[in-house]
Amino acid sequence: MEHLYEMLKQVDGYIYPNEIELHWSILIVLYPYITGLVAGAFILASLERVFKVEVLKPTYHLALLTALAFLIVAILPLVSHLGHPFRAYEIMTTPQGKSAMAIFGFIYLWYLMVVLLLEIWFDYRRDLVLWSREKKGILRRIFKILTLGVTDLSPKTVAWDEKLGYIITVVGIPSAFLLHGYVGFIFGSIKANPWWSTVLMPVIFLFSAMVSGIALVMFLYMAVSWIRKVKIDMNCLDEVGKYLFYVLVLDFTLESLDQVHRIYEAEESFEILHLLVTGKLTYTLFILQGLLGTIVPIVTLGIFRIRKPSEKIRKPLYLMSSLLVLMGIFFMRWNVVIGGQLFSKSFLGFTSFKIGLIGMEGYLMTLVWIILPFLILSFFLWLIPPWKKHAEEIV
Amino acid sequence: MGNERVNETRRNFLRKSAVLAGTLLASSASQPFTAMIFAANQPDKSKPWYAIGIDIEKCIGCGMCAKACKSENDVPKEPFYYRSWVEQYILKNDGTLKVESPNGGIDGQKQSVPDEEIFKTFSVPKMCNHCEKSPCVQVCPVGATFDSPEGVVLVDDKYCIGCRYCIQACPYGCRYLHPEKKTADKCTLCYHRITKGLNPACFEVCPTGARIYGDLNDKNGVMHKFLKEHNCHVLKPNLNTGSKLFYNGLSAEVR
Repeated sequence: MEHLYEMLKQVDGYIYPNEIELHWSILIVLYPYITGLVAGAFILASLERVFKVEVLKPTYHLALLTALAFLIVAILPLVSHLGHPFRAYEIMTTPQGKSAMAIFGFIYLWYLMVVLLLEIWFDYRRDLVLWSREKKGILRRIFKILTLGVTDLSPKTVAWDEKLGYIITVVGIPSAFLLHGYVGFIFGSIKANPWWSTVLMPVIFLFSAMVSGIALVMFLYMAVSWIRKVKIDMNCLDEVGKYLFYVLVLDFTLESLDQVHRIYEAEESFEILHLLVTGKLTYTLFILQGLLGTIVPIVTLGIFRIRKPSEKIRKPLYLMSSLLVLMGIFFMRWNVVIGGQLFSKSFLGFTSFKIGLIGMEGYLMTLVWIILPFLILSFFLWLIPPWKKHAEEIV
Repeated sequence: MGNERVNETRRNFLRKSAVLAGTLLASSASQPFTAMIFAANQPDKSKPWYAIGIDIEKCIGCGMCAKACKSENDVPKEPFYYRSWVEQYILKNDGTLKVESPNGGIDGQKQSVPDEEIFKTFSVPKMCNHCEKSPCVQVCPVGATFDSPEGVVLVDDKYCIGCRYCIQACPYGCRYLHPEKKTADKCTLCYHRITKGLNPACFEVCPTGARIYGDLNDKNGVMHKFLKEHNCHVLKPNLNTGSKLFYNGLSAEVR
């Protein structure tokens, strides 16, 4: 409790006495961040499948596996943040229908079980069967289990895999929208908090999710190609860059609209939010999220739309843009979640926020949650590598 | 030929989407839109429906209420957890406002601004507003926060998962996470006392009788008398929480 006494000294102005401690800390910054990466990666994958953007094919499976790896992790910081993690199941067994949060468990499970797992399974079933015949030992057994006993490889069945996979992707697109729009609603529907309470919140969350997911796949595609020592398909990378640019512009427009609207309406909370933005959030909002995370990538990717420099220049700039966007969206979540708790609901003062190195909500644990999905993804890429899928001789 | 094929696919896609949207809409109709409109109604009219009245003109800012609350309800003694506290408002001659509540006002108020700079000063006791349409009850994902039949907002600490959504949702800062129990905690209007016909602790100790509570169903009761005789206001009426804590003499600066 010592840190609370420390924070008590740093209170600026008047805050309600219960407001010294930030109740949602770094773990709740990670939760919308990781969920957003999932939704974004999935939407990119769907572009290839549903809208037949053939040039994106090299990223399709990677995007799907990325979505799965991150979705598995998404819920962990959330549950570990609870005062009583072992009571988390109550959200599923006795959900309170009027709560925006209660439905999350169902949306999460729907997305994990029905959308992602099924889509990947239909997509890989034929390969799983073939691998279970080719491999030996424990791997053979694992692949056998993964086929769930459906080993029929007749052209008709394989065609059905394709058809069902397609249907699931079609269902998956609104599901991905729902997943992240809904996360935005959890914040946007809190009328007590003027920094959160805006009808644009779900839309902003959705677009920022797409931005971050596309950037992640872009980064991973380059990284995986580099590790595998294969040539990057520049047409594909350019196409991903194009989508990243368009969605980034949309996202930036929406967020600007939100701020312009706040400034022009200048409601009761305006003064305190103005102080928040120009004070405690200056670096994270204007520099990290705005300048580095948004403006620099928009300008870089925008220039590529007009004229394309050589591959040698484009590659590092794509890499830089994707990493900057990933950082920018992280700080966007930070500014929403942490920023929304720094000012008092009395609108008369501020509390402060400090992260420790160790502990469940410290820097080290945060790093674990960020690294873990990459490890899971590496495992997936080792177990069911997209580049080792069998050529489609049977259609 | 090529164009036709694209249109065909697009049409199919639109058709599929329309079927999907229709199914979703139809299935939502089976569960009427109650979740959209959130308003508590008194479930049992035979029971009392409590409201609270605080007369700011009577409050001397002694902080006995906040102190009694901590002792009666085993609220952690550290200065970060309060079910009840007293704020001191000081409007200065230069038009600025200073608000203080050191240790929730438990140790009494100290004058931090010299007399000649003060335009106006007053104390405002704060506690849970026991809202009729409580944002905290609305957001609890498991229903651990609920309205008692008497309209008192309570927390079931055996069921609360400690997600802290209710703390975020309360516009009045009336909730905290209990440091040992790791569950949300708040004013219960001393439910354990009022159900035995006793006064809540903070009401009992108030030396000037600035606090009353009573049954809104009782047209001849103290609460109706209080509301009739005073021009009362609630905090943050724009949020439409249906607050049942009515203040007499509430100044516009108070939030």
